[in-house]
Amino acid sequence: MTPDRETFFAALVSRHGADRQPKFSAARVAVCGLGGLGSNIAIALARAGVGHLHLIDFDRVEPSNLNRQQYFASQVGMPKAEALRDNIAAINPYCAVVAETLRIGPDNVRELLADDDIVCEAFDRAEAKAMLVSGVMEAFPEKPVVAASGMAGLGSANAIRTKRVSKRLWVCGDFVADVDDGQGLYGARVLVCAAHQATAVLRILAGEEEA
Amino acid sequence: MVKVNGEEKDAAGKTVAEYVESAGFNVARVVVEINETIVPKGKYAETTLRDGDSVEIVCFMGGG
Repeated sequence: MTPDRETFFAALVSRHGADRQPKFSAARVAVCGLGGLGSNIAIALARAGVGHLHLIDFDRVEPSNLNRQQYFASQVGMPKAEALRDNIAAINPYCAVVAETLRIGPDNVRELLADDDIVCEAFDRAEAKAMLVSGVMEAFPEKPVVAASGMAGLGSANAIRTKRVSKRLWVCGDFVADVDDGQGLYGARVLVCAAHQATAVLRILAGEEEA
Repeated sequence: MVKVNGEEKDAAGKTVAEYVESAGFNVARVVVEINETIVPKGKYAETTLRDGDSVEIVCFMGGG
């Protein structure tokens, strides 16, 4: 039986506190890229009761995604944004999700992300990560950006950390492992990085901005 | 001197494009801030580092 909205919110308050939960509930967070990082970030934020999630990815679920991404085998072939919206609705039906199946580029960043409080970069290609982070920071001089760099391979999870690069840019990862080196991607380690990003988002919303 | 990622470097007078390349970064994978202001991707060749600047360069690794 799905709890009603008041019961659901009260349970979140019991875990996160009456000061912080309203900040999470009021927040609008964009997740750009819904792969190993983005799908796990979005689920973590939905479970934390973040009120509004803006999910963006051009791609569909593939069998090779299932080792690390928050989709079910039965969802192979679906657009990721739609599949993740469905999965989040099953976890937190009171999370308002806007799911968009499109490519984010320098030409549409400004229009696409204008209403979001915080932007998570969760792409896989390094060039696309740099393009998005640079483009968002250029378009929105005040918006916090939480990005990721280095989570490939099976190195120690302890190497993954959160670094506050500057006033409004946080980067999570080990900063050295590159998927192009052929070391693969392991769900557990990608999840560590995604958890760093989701934690950084919650800390920013809570007013705890230091890494 | 210019502070790059926390270290003093003899980079004053170089453009962002020149410095990024000379330091061995792949320019397509970097994000550059000077004094907490982002340098637009299209302006690396025309932005010159000045004495006393504080520069952050993030070079992204792939995977996600």
